[in-house]
Amino acid sequence: MTTTAPRTTFEVGGLGHSVKRREDDRFIQGAGNYLDDIVLPGMLHMAIVRSPIAHGRIISIDTSAAMAVEGVVAVVTGEALAAHNLAWMPTLSGDTQAVLATDKVRYQGQEVAAVIATDPYIARDAAVLVEVDYEDLPAITSPQQALEEGAVLIRDEKEGQTDNLVYEWETGNKDSTDRAFAEADIVVSLETHYPRSHPSPLETCGAVADVNPADGQATIYLTSQAPHAHRTLFAIVAGLPEEKIRIISPDIGGGFGNKVPIYPGYVVATAASLLIGKPVKWIETRSENLISTGFARDYHMKGEMALTKDGKITGMRASILSDQGAFFADAQPTKFRAGLFHICTGSYDIGTAHVSARGAFTNKAPGGVAYRCSFRVTEASYLVERLADDAAWKLGMDPAEFRRKNFIDKDQFPYHSPTGFVYDSGDYHAAMDEAMSLSSYSEWRQKQAAGPTADGKLIGIGLASFTEVVGAGNSREWDIAGLKMIDSAELRVHPTGKAILKLGVKSQGQGHETTFAQIVAEELGIPFDHIKVMEGDTDNTPYGLGTYASRSTPVGGAATAMVSRNLRDKARKLAAHLLEASEDDLEWEPGKFTVRGTDASVTIQEIAFAAYTNFPEGMQAGLEGVHYYDPPNMTYPFGTYVVVVEVDPADGTWKVVEMTAVDDCGVRINPMIVDGQITGGLTEGFAKANMQWITFDDNGNCIGSNFLDYLVPTAYETPKFRLGATVTPSPHHPLGAKGVGESATVGSPAAYVNAVLDALRHGGHDIENIDMPVLPHRVWGALNGIEALP
Amino acid sequence: MQITVTINGTNRTADAEPRTLLVDFIRTNLGMTGTHIGCDTTSCGACTVILDGKPVKSCTILAAQANGHEVRTVEGLKQNGSLHPIQAAFKEHHGLQCGFCTPGMMLVGAALIEDNPDATEDEIRWELSGNICRCTGYKNIVTAIQAAGAQVKETSA
Repeated sequence: MTTTAPRTTFEVGGLGHSVKRREDDRFIQGAGNYLDDIVLPGMLHMAIVRSPIAHGRIISIDTSAAMAVEGVVAVVTGEALAAHNLAWMPTLSGDTQAVLATDKVRYQGQEVAAVIATDPYIARDAAVLVEVDYEDLPAITSPQQALEEGAVLIRDEKEGQTDNLVYEWETGNKDSTDRAFAEADIVVSLETHYPRSHPSPLETCGAVADVNPADGQATIYLTSQAPHAHRTLFAIVAGLPEEKIRIISPDIGGGFGNKVPIYPGYVVATAASLLIGKPVKWIETRSENLISTGFARDYHMKGEMALTKDGKITGMRASILSDQGAFFADAQPTKFRAGLFHICTGSYDIGTAHVSARGAFTNKAPGGVAYRCSFRVTEASYLVERLADDAAWKLGMDPAEFRRKNFIDKDQFPYHSPTGFVYDSGDYHAAMDEAMSLSSYSEWRQKQAAGPTADGKLIGIGLASFTEVVGAGNSREWDIAGLKMIDSAELRVHPTGKAILKLGVKSQGQGHETTFAQIVAEELGIPFDHIKVMEGDTDNTPYGLGTYASRSTPVGGAATAMVSRNLRDKARKLAAHLLEASEDDLEWEPGKFTVRGTDASVTIQEIAFAAYTNFPEGMQAGLEGVHYYDPPNMTYPFGTYVVVVEVDPADGTWKVVEMTAVDDCGVRINPMIVDGQITGGLTEGFAKANMQWITFDDNGNCIGSNFLDYLVPTAYETPKFRLGATVTPSPHHPLGAKGVGESATVGSPAAYVNAVLDALRHGGHDIENIDMPVLPHRVWGALNGIEALP
Repeated sequence: MQITVTINGTNRTADAEPRTLLVDFIRTNLGMTGTHIGCDTTSCGACTVILDGKPVKSCTILAAQANGHEVRTVEGLKQNGSLHPIQAAFKEHHGLQCGFCTPGMMLVGAALIEDNPDATEDEIRWELSGNICRCTGYKNIVTAIQAAGAQVKETSA
């Protein structure tokens, strides 16, 4: 690991120090303030009535029995919302979504009505009494079925929509790619489904809407990863003046992309508060969270690699059929219909590539959120890393050697990819070397060559050498719903040398209150624990697009560095005034200016005091500033993961024996927090490879609607991880940092699946694919030639 | 009905419907919000409290069942102004991220090390298998519980 010694002391806590997290003090004492902890005087409670069927026409809604329950204040239907023009709302991908259904229901769990009552138990009691009559319509449960001739039209209300196609999109060079395939010695091809998954943060989504009937001021507490963007969208959806909307995103119990979209519950709670004149709280149950809010993935993928016989990749093709659910609500940049899937050439120097994508409406919940992922880079990384292992197997090459042979070399950066990305920096060979060494890769290959273990288990070794693309965006290419993907930081240094930093991003557990204070500590020398970090209150923080797609450090972190540097420039002027020296004669070290060649110095704290008590004539008082950062490029974290598994051919179960992860996320601000992000991400990757799965029966009933059916790993199932690092700074980020929250979720699923397939292949079974989750019965079926097991 | 529990050593009485879940009683009737709700199906353990010395999921028992019993929540971990070793260890070893599962994790850990401060990694992982964390990958939670166990042992030695 190449790294430099920290420039600050541990007490100051700048870059490179694993200082302990400041937010922990309240969390370990049960004193966090999560959404459900918010109680306002006179607050009412809302429960949502949801569709039990996947597709059907609403014939009637009878609310009388519900209204008759003591304690029920109102029952809201789509018709009532339509009177205020609120029955439909825009999605983040330019579609419209029903807030409460008025015409049809289009997925199981869709919002149909809402009961507002004095008590949450009463609201639920009454919700059961709302009688809705439906006329059943055929349910479409796959995108293939959706695009068949004569398939029932799901979006019959949408003007101009004559089929179930959502979009068609392509990029890359088709002609040169076709030529590469025509000239290839060998073509490797893979069809696989990246199944529907759900981020399921441990805290579900919710809102407390408080509209003051006297002045129309709306304070909306929201489980929001993007409070500022949500305020603007609320203004657009509800037609409220934006200055009258204050979004407060309190402590968030995990997000992982699930808390990026705007959900019907948020809108109904706000409308109800507006109409009733009292605060209204809405909290999802876990089932509601799983069946109705932002799902992820659900990509049916076909990938092909053109190869020379000595193992060089000469071209790549990928085509995608995406299951979008009933509304196109992907949380992703406007310009890219398939997110950033087109980064699917990964870490390899492939001369030409072509990517085509189609999306289809189905009778499933909408979402398409980037679940611990930067806009579909997870699907892309999975496809190319699965193909890399397949190609190596077909060629009879070691998969590590195959990857080395095709890696983009460190001298090729900035690297222009065939689908239009400009990779900022990388040293893929170095990360591979580190992973090989830490994982004892060659020893494991020797053990594998010796045959099954004493108890008959097949040893498999799986690799993935991922490249991520994070830190959206730059304003030229990146916007969500028209909002450019910048972010911001406002820093105010108080007279006593303490400070408050206000951000446009919003932590959901990533440790911003510590990491971002460390950035200021690095730049100004103010100890990190003298800096309060404030986020998630739109009245009191500068505008930003929020925290997802690993963009907080690349964009918000850069804004923090820049605003700190701007204050340092002013501090230099103040120091010159205090020291009666020329600015040019001052030398900076974190925390103080010294007159070159003398002992005369002044600390940042003394300077801060002078900014309010003793500033030169003609200079504005104060030491404050705000910076909006528009990144010149994305950042490209990368790494190599090595997984060793044992597969039991008797029953198809598999166990991770070792998992080694070498990550390069550029400069690490707080290595402890970075490692925590990585172990969390490796677990999510394991979850998807091993168990996590939202599926549906033929009638569109969601299987996976609670934590008994939707399995997420506990400590007991989770593998033990060994972490390593290389450091290749981002050349364009002020700190050289790249962002790390998602790398491990992006990179690791392929490594786990490759390991299982490697075990089977080396055990004499030439199996091409097992879809995730790699469930025991699927492995057993593959080993025994039984296909089409669910 | 009137329900009385000894919560963190103090007797508290409140009026609640007989069907009130213990977690709602603690959060709403007693106004102590450190105990969280994550799943409603006894799967995630965010609502874990210690009932008469044993960790239980407070979303799946009625407050009435706790009537006359002793309940310990995260708010009762700190004693005489000092953090419980499990609290200190969770911070020291970065055993939490979003903090939502943390009260439940710490209470399970505290109960475990009271019984067995020498629990091995595998034993700790098994004891934690009723609690879900979506952020950390568990590694640091296990480390924190081991460290707290060592601390408890050293203090009592």
